[in-house]
Amino acid sequence: MENYVVEMLNIRKEFPGIVANDDITLRLKKGEIHALLGENGAGKSTLMSVLFGLYQPERGKIKKNGEIVSINNPNDANALGIGMVHQHFKLVDVFTVLENIILGVEPNKMGFLKKKSARKKIVELSDAYGLQVDPDALIEKISVGMQQRVEILKMLYRDNEILIFDEPTAVLTPQEIEELMAIMKGFAKEGKSILFITHKLNEIMAVADRCTVLQKGRYKGTVEISETSKEELSRMMVGRDVNFNIEKKKSKPKEVVLSVEGVSVKSKISELHSVNNVSFNVREGEIVCLAGIEGNGQSELVYAITGLEKSSKGTIKLNGKDITKLSIRDRSITGMSHIPEDRHKHGLVLEYSLEMNLILQSYWQPQFQNKGFLKFDEIRNYATKLIDQYDVRCAEGPVTITRQMSGGNQQKAIVGRELDKNSDLLISVQPTRGLDVGAIEYIHKQIVQARDDGSAVLLMSLELDEVMNLSDRILVMYEGEIVGEFDPKKVSIEELGLYMAGSKRQTKVTGGLKDEE
Amino acid sequence: MKNKIKNLLKSNGMKTFNSTLIAIGLGLLVGLVVLLIVDSSNAAGGFSKILFGGFGRFADVLYYATPLILTGLSVGFAFKMGLFNIGASGQYTMGMFFALYVGLVWDLPGGLHWFVAILAAIVGGMLIGSIPGILKAHFNVNEVITSIMLNYIGMYIVDMLIKNNGKLVVGSEARTAYLPETVQSLSLGVSGSNLNIAIFLAIIIAVGLYIVLKKTTFGYELIATGYNKDASKYAGINYKRNTILTMVIAGGLAGLGGGVAILAPSLIADASQVYEPINVIAVAGFNGIAVALLASSSPIGIIFSALFISLIQRGGTSAALFGFKPQIIDIVIAIIIYFSAFSLIMSGWLGKIVKNYSRKKSKKGPDKENKVVK
Repeated sequence: MENYVVEMLNIRKEFPGIVANDDITLRLKKGEIHALLGENGAGKSTLMSVLFGLYQPERGKIKKNGEIVSINNPNDANALGIGMVHQHFKLVDVFTVLENIILGVEPNKMGFLKKKSARKKIVELSDAYGLQVDPDALIEKISVGMQQRVEILKMLYRDNEILIFDEPTAVLTPQEIEELMAIMKGFAKEGKSILFITHKLNEIMAVADRCTVLQKGRYKGTVEISETSKEELSRMMVGRDVNFNIEKKKSKPKEVVLSVEGVSVKSKISELHSVNNVSFNVREGEIVCLAGIEGNGQSELVYAITGLEKSSKGTIKLNGKDITKLSIRDRSITGMSHIPEDRHKHGLVLEYSLEMNLILQSYWQPQFQNKGFLKFDEIRNYATKLIDQYDVRCAEGPVTITRQMSGGNQQKAIVGRELDKNSDLLISVQPTRGLDVGAIEYIHKQIVQARDDGSAVLLMSLELDEVMNLSDRILVMYEGEIVGEFDPKKVSIEELGLYMAGSKRQTKVTGGLKDEE
Repeated sequence: MKNKIKNLLKSNGMKTFNSTLIAIGLGLLVGLVVLLIVDSSNAAGGFSKILFGGFGRFADVLYYATPLILTGLSVGFAFKMGLFNIGASGQYTMGMFFALYVGLVWDLPGGLHWFVAILAAIVGGMLIGSIPGILKAHFNVNEVITSIMLNYIGMYIVDMLIKNNGKLVVGSEARTAYLPETVQSLSLGVSGSNLNIAIFLAIIIAVGLYIVLKKTTFGYELIATGYNKDASKYAGINYKRNTILTMVIAGGLAGLGGGVAILAPSLIADASQVYEPINVIAVAGFNGIAVALLASSSPIGIIFSALFISLIQRGGTSAALFGFKPQIIDIVIAIIIYFSAFSLIMSGWLGKIVKNYSRKKSKKGPDKENKVVK
């Protein structure tokens, strides 16, 4: 008889029109790092939400140390020592780190907060585990990596023994990911048990002891990491072989499509995020990638090009036409497609049906409206075509409410919508963020296809693998400036890392950039 | 056809409708308890008067519902774009004043006079409604604050203008002068009731707004903006223009509400509806918020929720026969609206009950639930 701390047996959870978990069993041993792997929409997050008490399963039972328990809400989970770091952090932006950590379990004396003792415990925990935080910093002022450390400290502060991490690395830089991995290993060594939801196979291979794979809401099996390989895991997850290398021909750049000259952008968040006097071109038939660590001005630069923010200086030209002062709509008409960084914030109206989202950028065109009246038949036909063409999986077809779709399929819908515009310029910001290998492979193919069809592609990505594999030219941004330009075939990831961290840069000389130590 | 009905019953609209009904039912129940506490011996009689008393005077129910529909639409339409138009009262009063002014000061031939007065009411509401819209669009000032303050500003301006104009007010300044018959709305001839053609106007406008919201690109933009401002910006939707336009339309609707209220015919010969410039904010605007809430801002639903509120208000006046004070009926109405805010929870409960029921049923038959998305 094995010693399991948590057992989830034959769990079934339904949502309208979909069975998210169908007879899933997961057993967690004490002191292990157990990965939960599956494509988007496979039911990983649902299963964890069941364990955390956010959803009640229709069938199945949960055991803690061999005894059946019922978890009706996160407080129950907490009482059982189960803590969770959600994919989207649950922090109060205007509170300090300390206030967030104690939120819900505030130490008090007759209603008066006792922050001193809380602070002592937090400082001890953060020293013990190397989780550096400033207890008095406001959440909105600190980096995403530090926000995650706050979430982890929240679990430790509550003395949780079972720690759930829901896609914790999706928002982190390579360095931060390494730190997190080390921290997780430390926890396991101490006897804490970790459930690690992810679809990044490298990470599983690096830290996990065992891995449970889900596919389309069903249990595929549990394997020992020491006895398996990346290829086997991906086969279990996707149900077929996955090609990790992007096949693409050599690019044949032609005319300049996007030209950015001396553009500066003032950031609303902080001085560091501002863009300072940036110039570059993107030509027809090439993929140019903006690389860099998050928060070095890449997002702001893209906002200025797409019109979401105003640039304070410089000119932006699209096909030779000055678009610096144009509205977002006019830029789109001039020939720009934009896969936005945050699909929930900018890319979709989640309450709308899928078909209504597929026309979000084109509803005003004669194809879809006549004298201000929407042509519903046309919209339905168009949506059906796109859904089919871009393999968007949705429970109820064009009328599926977008919120109910998985992240990967939401992203496919956006990609389909933007690529179908056949624009001269495709701006693609973190197009595969938070997606599974199957969807990533697919979206990469589509972007390469767009390039081969003659689009100029400006890609912004934080994933170095993606940067190296997909781009024809790499521009590294550091503190709002372009500090290096590279051919991905002639540069190593380590070399790029040095430029991204600001320890090396090329200087501008006439006719290009030149290395400088 | 059968499938169509099935789909209709399963649709989200139906769910909202059902949960609203349950909310109303619960509200009525609590209302009954209030009546029982106040005067248990007369509670049953009073309660049945509140519920059914209105049916005996249904023409009056329609008549009093007319301005309610319009202020309800005003609030509901702005809600759709995520704007809270709490200034319907001020817009209502301003619209009423514009209609009054045209009616008493301008001298126009018969049918045209009424028509111009109605248009003036819309313009009046639009003018005052545009202010929070412009402030919101260009300076991001919270529309709740700007529109609520405009209720007072609008009302005081109107009262001042009326009192300072001998043509508008009677000597004692207690009320406005009688409007000429040419400018009054055409009565529908129900004896003992002021019911007039404005009810058709209100219903037509509700249907029109339904079409605008559901079928047009403008409605598409509006609702998208209401759901997700950032995504609508990304889609190139002109947020500033739409914000102003929405508030202008909302203002126009409430203004029209004030217009049809003052232009309604009188039961007494050579008299008319009057306004008393006594520095009191028009309650119709706030009732509009309740009407819109109860209908989840659906234009068609607003027709019915306005009718319902009008019905229990009329019924409430007859509950006085059983010795209940008018405040009691106000409390009961308030309770119902209070409960309507719970209608979302209700729809959750309802969903669970239906689901449990259908599972019990399906256990007998073969398991057809294994629907996994391909």
